[in-house]
Amino acid sequence: MPAMNATLSSMAALKGRILDWIFQWRGPERGTIVLVQRRVFILPTRQGLLFAGVILLMLLGSVNYDLSLGFILSFLLGATGIQSMLHTFRNLANLRISAGRSSPVFAGEQAEFQIRITNNAGMQRYSIGVTRDRISADYVDVPADGETTATVSIPALRRGWLRPGRMTLFTFFPVGLFRAWSYADLDMHCLVYPAPASPGLPLPQPRAGNDKGGTQGQGQDEFSGLRPYRPGDSPRHLAWKAIARSDVLMTKQFAGRVAAELWLSWDALPPEMDAEKRLSHLARWVIDADARGFAYGLRLPGSVMPIASGAAHRADCLRALALHDSAADHP
Amino acid sequence: MTVLPTILSSRPLGTRDIHWLTAVFLLAAGPHLLRMPLWISALVAGIAGARLLQVRLRGGLPKKWLLALVAVAAAGGILLQYRTLFGRDAGVSLLVVMLALKLLETGTRRDGMLLGFLGCFLLVTNFLHSQTIPTALYMLICAWLLVATLIGMQYTGPWPGWRHPVKRAGILIAQALPLMAVLFLLFPRVQGPLWGLPQDAYAGLSGLSDNMSPGSLNNLILSDSVAFRAEFNDGRTPDPKDLYWRGPVLWDYDGRTWTAPRLVQNIEELPADGNIDYTVTLEPHNKRWLFALEFPGRKPPRSMATRDMQLLSFTPVRSRMRYEMTSSIGAAYGADDDQSVLSRSLRLPAGSNPRTAAFAEELRSRHGDDRSLVAAVLDMFRNENFVYTLSPPLLGEQPVDEFLFGTRRGFCEHYASAFTVLMRAAGIPARVVTGYLGGEINPVGGYILVRQADAHAWVEIWLEKTGWVRVDPTAAVSPARVERGIASALPRSDPLPMFVRGDFALLQRMRLTWDSVTYTWNQWVLGYTPERQRRFLSHLGFSEATWQTMSVMLLIFAGIAVLFGAALALRDLRQTRPDAAKAAYDRFCRKLARRGLPRGAAEGPQVFAGRAAQQRPDLAAAINDITTLYVSLRYAGKMHPESLQMLERRSRTFKA
Repeated sequence: MPAMNATLSSMAALKGRILDWIFQWRGPERGTIVLVQRRVFILPTRQGLLFAGVILLMLLGSVNYDLSLGFILSFLLGATGIQSMLHTFRNLANLRISAGRSSPVFAGEQAEFQIRITNNAGMQRYSIGVTRDRISADYVDVPADGETTATVSIPALRRGWLRPGRMTLFTFFPVGLFRAWSYADLDMHCLVYPAPASPGLPLPQPRAGNDKGGTQGQGQDEFSGLRPYRPGDSPRHLAWKAIARSDVLMTKQFAGRVAAELWLSWDALPPEMDAEKRLSHLARWVIDADARGFAYGLRLPGSVMPIASGAAHRADCLRALALHDSAADHP
Repeated sequence: MTVLPTILSSRPLGTRDIHWLTAVFLLAAGPHLLRMPLWISALVAGIAGARLLQVRLRGGLPKKWLLALVAVAAAGGILLQYRTLFGRDAGVSLLVVMLALKLLETGTRRDGMLLGFLGCFLLVTNFLHSQTIPTALYMLICAWLLVATLIGMQYTGPWPGWRHPVKRAGILIAQALPLMAVLFLLFPRVQGPLWGLPQDAYAGLSGLSDNMSPGSLNNLILSDSVAFRAEFNDGRTPDPKDLYWRGPVLWDYDGRTWTAPRLVQNIEELPADGNIDYTVTLEPHNKRWLFALEFPGRKPPRSMATRDMQLLSFTPVRSRMRYEMTSSIGAAYGADDDQSVLSRSLRLPAGSNPRTAAFAEELRSRHGDDRSLVAAVLDMFRNENFVYTLSPPLLGEQPVDEFLFGTRRGFCEHYASAFTVLMRAAGIPARVVTGYLGGEINPVGGYILVRQADAHAWVEIWLEKTGWVRVDPTAAVSPARVERGIASALPRSDPLPMFVRGDFALLQRMRLTWDSVTYTWNQWVLGYTPERQRRFLSHLGFSEATWQTMSVMLLIFAGIAVLFGAALALRDLRQTRPDAAKAAYDRFCRKLARRGLPRGAAEGPQVFAGRAAQQRPDLAAAINDITTLYVSLRYAGKMHPESLQMLERRSRTFKA
């Protein structure tokens, strides 16, 4: 039995190697992937085989009834089918594929990867499908000498970095008798935040008094002055009156002893909670604190996000939660 | 692992796809609908209408059991109508109805494509009825639209307009033509049929039959359909009066109807020393006769010759047939025929046509010599008031008596019949020969066209020491019939197919040109049989083409055709934006590198320009110009041809 298992596994490995060789799978590739001839594969579809069967039937009928025009029509349609293979091939070949943007999502949501498809040829490409799971696909047309973006949605199951993995680009165009396809393993990734706990625990009580103390921190309660706008500032803190006067974006600063010290802390959570649950609750707190416009800081074992507010801060905090304990800060 | 999602297959078809499918189906089935019983055509049209209505009202697809019910009912109706389900017409009707029902339940792209494929099959069935050039063109258009419909189903993005799939389909089909031609010429042909053909497969073919009674030829004379065409070697056409195309020979007379004997002795070899050589292209007539000028000198392949000089194909002629022939015009045969043959050629039914018998005895007593007796009868036809007409009065129980001594108006069959009866009564062996007389010389194509309207009946008599000799009593009555064809022989008031009278010169010319085109079509397209394929291959230098050599040739030429198609299809794949800007910029960089200023591997154009300008302040302006042009071309979207030209010029003239 072990020998057989070994044979089986070595055969599986061999099969894997053969597939790797045939389809040129070589792991994620950086930059632009050009779907050169070697990378485009083509096979008849089920409909294509059916069509071949019908043509064969037509030929048989033509022989039997001695229909010269039957021969001609069968040959014409058969040759058209073969020619359609070349057209299907050319509909996909020489496209350039590169990674587009992907916005962070929470675990449990769909991560959307944008894939840029560029067409350097003078003919439009129709009905190019992009799929990862072979169940659903996004179809795009790529204009001549132009580019377009296809979106691949992948369920984000776990926090951390998500890679789309090997994607398949395919087309049935023009007649649907053949399917041309190509694999693209783009070096792209999407950040997945921990799923926010629902319902979450109430936000912790802000703790007054710390080494910084005083009114230095930014809070919610008392207006303490204006400062120039910095990216990431919450729009609700924009000083619209001042902006109207000066045409310069200004942000209102608040000071408050009370709000100054909202710390979202790993240790504040019940000790019996496991790590993922904690992260999940912390994510909920970050979202809630941000939604209420609080300034907050985040304490995790081994890292601290200082007290701040705004979209950029929220993103930083969630990123820290997403990548907590993970080896790679960068994908 | 290569199996891709069936996402597309199960995608529902749009309203537009259903409209296209319905339209193409009706187009493809159209010729059938015009031929089929009214109730079937109405049913099919009704189903198609229902499908359109269903789309319009956004109704759901009909229940399966309802469709099954309609299908069974329709099949039952067809069975009642045709008494079978497997005949040609019944089968086609069934196919059309089933396709219509399939249309009714077509909802997904998969169904739509299947319907399209079955539509291809429907197209072929049209050729069972007609294979003319107009039919071919019509079916080509149908096939084109069908492919366009299939293409139309594949768009996932915005609909680009009907022109787009139609144009695509046109391009596909046009690029497929070379491969089609190769397959047509070289695909090894097999002589059909592979299985039994339904009884009605050849209904509607017209031609001479194995019997003749007064009036039986008239229907044929009114038909202008083509019987056969003959092409004479060296373009040497015989005299019109010698163009007697021999067909069925009728021996037996029952007082009214002449019939051909069921069995006639075969002869092994024909003399093969004719004085005229020609090739006959015979239209299918579902009978076994092969026509040749009197008297044939050789047997076509797969046929036999009989003692009375008929050529009979082994099987009924059901497809266009081409054979080479040689004939000896003006010859006689059968001088040594034995008593059994001669006595059968003297037999008359007892008591029929008594006046004719009496007249024959009277003639016999006046003319001891057979030849002078024949001359006397012909003189009678010529000099007394016999009239040649297509609309003779009806004849009663004793047709020959009534004709000879009463009406005296008749057509070739009346004259042939009366003459033969007279001869037999006078003791001269005689029989009726049917076939065609004359034909129309087509100067455009260089051949003789013989129509059913040229059908004719004449007589042959047996003279001692000479054998069987042709006598045409019609020629005595109406020499014009023999010399100039049927149109000039008949009074103008007699109805004749329009094409047979050549009243209008222009019309005549157009008709001849068209027939010549049809002839070429028949020769090369419809008549491309296994035998003709062999001949074509031997022209190419493969005299003994076996299956192997043919397959190899097919593969080679099909390969060439596919490569040609690939070249056509992939022509557009060439990058229309070969990076001319980059090439020009690289040239500029090479020039700088030669002066010791190489661009770093990861150095962007702007950074490099800054560094280069610093080291070579003298060139700073030019470097900046070129870099700015390049960057704007490369990274700022669309190319402007003028700026590209400028960049190329600058980089060419740049001197480091």
